[in-house]
Amino acid sequence: MKKQNTFIVGAAVTAAVMAAFWLLLAAPGYTGNAINMTRGVTPQSLTHYHLHMTILWICVVIGVIVFSAMFISIVLHRKSRGYEAARFTHSTKAEIAWTIIPVVILVVMAVPATRALIDMEVAPETEMTVKITGFQWRWKYDYIEDEVRFISSLHPESNAARRLQSGTDPASVENYLLDVDKPLVLPAETKIKFIITSDDVIHSWWVPALGWKRDAIPGFINEAWTEILEPGVYRGQCAELCGKDHGFMPIVLKVLPKAEFASWIQEQRRDMAHEQADVERLWSREELMSLGESVYATQCATCHQADGQGLAPGFPALAGSKVATGPLQDHIEIVLNGRDGTAMQAWGKMLSEADIAAALTYTRNAFGNDTGDVVQPQAIARIKNG
Amino acid sequence: MAQHTADQYYVPHGTKWPIVGSLGMITMLGGAAFWVNDYSLAPWAFAVGALILIYMMFGWFGQVIRESEAGLYNAQVDTSFRMGMMWFIFSEVMFFACFFGALFYARMFSVPWLGGEGTGASTNELLWQGYDAVWPTAGPAQLGGPFRTIPAFGVPFINTLILLSSGVTVTLAHHALKKDHRKGLVLWLLATVALGFVFVFLQVEEYKEAYQQLGLTLGSGIYGSTFFMLTGFHGMHVTLGAIMLTVIAIRSMRGHFKPEHHFGFEAVAWYWHFVDVVWLGLFLFVYVY
Amino acid sequence: MSIEHTHGHDHESHAAHDDHHDHKPTGFLNRWLFTTNHKDIGTLYLVFALLMFFTGGAMAMVIRAELFMPGLQLVEPDFFNQMTTMHALIMVFGAVMPAWVGFANWMIPMMIGAPDMALPRMNNWSFWILPFAFAMLLSTLLMDSGGPAAGWTLYPPLSLQGGQSFAFVVFAVHMMGISSIMGSINVIATILNMRAPGMSLLKMPLFVWTWLITAFLLIAVMPVLAGAVTMLLTDHFFGTSFFNAAGGGDPVMFQHIFWFFGHPEVYIMILPAFGVVSEIIPTFARKPLFGYTAMVYATASIAFLSFIVWAHHMFTVGMPLTGELYFMYATMLIAVPTGVKVFNWVSTMWQGSMTFETPMLFAIGFVVLFTIGGLSGLMLAITAADLQYHDTYFVVAHFHYVLVPGSVFALMAGAYYWLPKWTGHMYSEKWGKIHFWISAISVNILFFPQHYLGLAGMPRRIPDYSTQFADFNMISSIGGFIFGASQLIFVGVILHCVYKSREAASGRVWEGARGLEWILSSPPPYHSFNTPPVIDATTVAHAGEAH
Ligand code: HEA
Ligand code: HEA
Ligand code: HEC
Ligand code: CUA
Ligand SMILES: [Cu+2]
Repeated sequence: MKKQNTFIVGAAVTAAVMAAFWLLLAAPGYTGNAINMTRGVTPQSLTHYHLHMTILWICVVIGVIVFSAMFISIVLHRKSRGYEAARFTHSTKAEIAWTIIPVVILVVMAVPATRALIDMEVAPETEMTVKITGFQWRWKYDYIEDEVRFISSLHPESNAARRLQSGTDPASVENYLLDVDKPLVLPAETKIKFIITSDDVIHSWWVPALGWKRDAIPGFINEAWTEILEPGVYRGQCAELCGKDHGFMPIVLKVLPKAEFASWIQEQRRDMAHEQADVERLWSREELMSLGESVYATQCATCHQADGQGLAPGFPALAGSKVATGPLQDHIEIVLNGRDGTAMQAWGKMLSEADIAAALTYTRNAFGNDTGDVVQPQAIARIKNG
Repeated sequence: MAQHTADQYYVPHGTKWPIVGSLGMITMLGGAAFWVNDYSLAPWAFAVGALILIYMMFGWFGQVIRESEAGLYNAQVDTSFRMGMMWFIFSEVMFFACFFGALFYARMFSVPWLGGEGTGASTNELLWQGYDAVWPTAGPAQLGGPFRTIPAFGVPFINTLILLSSGVTVTLAHHALKKDHRKGLVLWLLATVALGFVFVFLQVEEYKEAYQQLGLTLGSGIYGSTFFMLTGFHGMHVTLGAIMLTVIAIRSMRGHFKPEHHFGFEAVAWYWHFVDVVWLGLFLFVYVY
Repeated sequence: MSIEHTHGHDHESHAAHDDHHDHKPTGFLNRWLFTTNHKDIGTLYLVFALLMFFTGGAMAMVIRAELFMPGLQLVEPDFFNQMTTMHALIMVFGAVMPAWVGFANWMIPMMIGAPDMALPRMNNWSFWILPFAFAMLLSTLLMDSGGPAAGWTLYPPLSLQGGQSFAFVVFAVHMMGISSIMGSINVIATILNMRAPGMSLLKMPLFVWTWLITAFLLIAVMPVLAGAVTMLLTDHFFGTSFFNAAGGGDPVMFQHIFWFFGHPEVYIMILPAFGVVSEIIPTFARKPLFGYTAMVYATASIAFLSFIVWAHHMFTVGMPLTGELYFMYATMLIAVPTGVKVFNWVSTMWQGSMTFETPMLFAIGFVVLFTIGGLSGLMLAITAADLQYHDTYFVVAHFHYVLVPGSVFALMAGAYYWLPKWTGHMYSEKWGKIHFWISAISVNILFFPQHYLGLAGMPRRIPDYSTQFADFNMISSIGGFIFGASQLIFVGVILHCVYKSREAASGRVWEGARGLEWILSSPPPYHSFNTPPVIDATTVAHAGEAH
């Protein structure tokens, strides 16, 4: 190999590596990981996909032209071939051309880009509204018209497998990190308005199949809308760094045909009515402990850990905690209202009275805490309502 | 260094002052960081750091002054100093621009949005119902409780006049210096210093009133935040400027500065004018509007 | 492998009469702690930057190792976030920026025919603040609360949840800001005031031009960052509500202020790179830079535009439609002056008489890979598409392409280009080339697949991911380890060149090199030009274009 040719060989290797990647993108038979933006299932996501492909190909063509010119020059105009350097230093014509032509290309790109944005931002009349609230680290959904609300957190199976050195192979968990305990259910072919906000830090609600993401900002409300064409299950994730478990607050969307959705909503309303009854009746200690255990596992264990030992220094242990073994009133207070400026949030806004009562009962009688207290949902309801 | 004739740019030998300054800075800022975290010894570290910095300034500037008075600096060195000072002031302008930016953003965007304007309709309706966005405001949650503001045409207006006239007096001092009128120089400088300190005094009184009578504090929502941060940083700059003026006045009394060569004086005068202009902005956008 | 450069004609005579003042201070402290010499300070900056590059790089290795496969293997999520945050802060403020200031210190006085920097004492201070600032920043990793973990962008309210380390981070940022501002004031004063007679602005080397504009950007935006973190500090500790809606503020306001700093900041990291590449390509193409004046204007236009495009980082926060459209159009415009630069570099190579020594290889690598990063930047600028790209690995791929084979490659190109000048010895061309080729190939294995990850939906700043992203993450990590390891070659080449190399470098070093630094001996005298050099067509690179 002649030394002068090292450049060509090296460039060829680099190009080959890059080309191998590119081939993956093009190969129709490729069945491995996804490598391109999804087409999604809404008019917006399709528009954004096409926009993306248009600008991608424009960029590829520009790249190919620029790099070809360079490599032709590198191959031909080298000293080792005895090429003598020309002396020209500028050319007004060329410079004008490569100022004007890019401007034209940019205008060509800007036209569909502008149209897509206007389509997205100017919302049509919508038929239903869902309020989305981000919490560290779960989502709360509120069907405004139907008065149905619930919290959606990382699925317990993923949650167990994702612990540091958990010993569980992620591949053995279905939809690892992309599954939740209770998905957001929506009707197909319906114009839906989302109002998005947050209770603590900034999150971002993103389901790629819908074609956009929108930040959830505490104290402000952002609006977005969608119309999902095909029933199915679509997954997404929080897309704004929101603290230690930012990677673990997925979103699952279950889109049902309109009629099925209507019956689902009815079911939810019935469940909520049951919950109301549950608040009013007296619960046994066993009932509270067993519900409490599951509430604790899904809601509290992220921070206070399954064994109640907390995670020093940020997250206090509940085992033997002065609050969890001290006066009940203070304990209820902190769980209902959270603690400002810390990750301990106001659970009163998120969980049902029964859940809270159960969690309290559980934490006061587990991990070696033995207050013997039984907290009734009624008591929580009384405090909550003033 | 062997050569510092008029046609040679003066390049100093090694200097210990920068490293002293860095030690002072880390002690002071480290102290401040421990302080806000409530470590009991931290205020002392802060104070020691500040003292080291002051020591550094005396040493460093003292050396520069000696070299300057010894005629080591030619016109080109002088130009470097001037450029240095001008660009430093530009950086200060940008620092204030940042806080003015926050003020304008709050008044033009965030507060109206919270009140339901523009894209904020549902923000207001669902999160802050009943919030009436009128400036001044402590925000929808009335953080810090109710407060009253300081009327523009009281002390602030007097302070405006004070600063404006101090701009005139420092210019008069400059004219005196250029005419080699030493007495006028010193007198006008002292007048400027006096006006500067009166301004600071009135500002402190105003703060006291705000905290004690008006209920206006740093915690009074966005109004309190912008008000105290803008006027506070300005006040710190006035204090610094007044101290620099004092130094210049003392140097003038000792016979420093020549009619055609007095960069130290000019630097301070520029700084003073800068502080003055910032105040005009403050007076307009913090107090009047 | 033979060394392909030819030792050019020397002008030692010019330098000779400077030599009789050439007494370096003796003693380690005198030489390095108290120095006022632009070359020593430049060396300090460069060594510090290299240390920080490895520190930040080691953190990147932690990131890539954790992301090697799904499931958490090595670190807790919070520590992962600390690594991401510190990696970025250290690379940006500790490695790339100080490295460019180091180049400015070494080269600007030599390139404009000055004896030293304009304000030599302050020059010392602007360097000696940095080790303290970074000691403070790094010390937070040892605190109970751990280091900052809210990303280098420090967005509130998340950053306000940081524990005791928060105040240390804020003050460290203040110190870095003070250092940068002083450094920039010095650069501007030097360029505007210290040029040798006859060195008119439009004869200055492009590296000097790009630094002049960079310094202006720095002075304009570092105070804004200082203000922004100050507001974070008071919101955290003193009860203000700049970023709290309950008090009438807005968390998004921080983002506006941050990016008003942050966007110019990315050009601060790339403009000097443009400058270096514009020096190197003409040298090895043996042909004057094409379109010198256009290059100057393009640089200025990029700097101007950089002030008015910041919100392209915030397309998902819910700005009004007009705002989003405006920021999209303004951002797209930056492609035009940047394109002018790329086309001019290609035209400089066109019909040149090229050789491919290591600096040239890195410069060519820069042009190609920076362009790829720039084109993906343009895609990000398209608001509607960015609603999908934002906060995914597509963005991570974009900015590493412009930063690593962009800024960092240009730094390496510059280092190889001027090492013989600085040390008086030739480096090992063979190992330089090996370094280049391993770096150039592995950097693509490292960052190219991240485009796919982003498009397929992998968010950034996550310590663990679902199994569908496994393949490309593994490829990327492998590329990362190779790239990281290959930087050890770089260190080896430098050490060899400084301490071991016997091959003396001539003053001109490269056959095609033009400009004042090449009329000095290698290594140059301690004080560059005590007597201003004569400026004529033979000594400067751009003695006016042939019109
Ligand atoms: C050196 C640093 C650097 C440079 C030079 C750039 C250059 C550019 N960047 Fe990049 N950018 C970053 C560093 C940089 N960026 C960083 C660090 C972030 C992330 C920060 C964070 O969130 O942590 C970021 C993020 C970022 C975003 C936000 C993405 C998001 O978070 O959603 C956007 C959006 O517009 C963007 C755009 C651009 C554009 C348009 C350019 C342009 O300047 C590029 C111009 C160049 C070209 C276009 C190629 C050459 C031109 C031609 C060959 C001419 C012909 C071309 C055409 C006609 C199209 N960048
Ligand atoms: C100039 C700036 C710069 C530079 C040079 C780099 C260099 C690198 N970066 Fe970084 N990066 C950023 C700026 C930069 N980055 C920014 C701004 C962010 C965003 C942060 C945020 O989200 O807030 C980021 C984020 C970021 C992420 C995303 C993290 C996340 O979202 O969670 C990743 C992941 O792969 C990454 C990787 C790398 C790698 C592998 C390198 C490599 O190029 C590093 C190579 C260098 C070395 C490895 C050091 C040298 C070698 C040794 C130490 C020897 C030992 C090593 C071995 C034997 C293997 N970076
Ligand atoms: C997002 C993390 C997080 C979750 C989830 C969480 N907590 Fe906490 N919790 C905290 C933090 C942080 C504190 C410490 C607050 C402080 O510093 O005052 C805390 C404090 C407490 C305390 C007071 C402990 C003490 O000794 O001071 C109790 C009791 C408590 N949490 C109960 C709960 C219960 C019950 C749940 C579930 C319903 C829960 N927490 C879920 C983060 C969390
Ligand atoms: Cu919620 Cu990230
Ligand atoms: Cu940007």
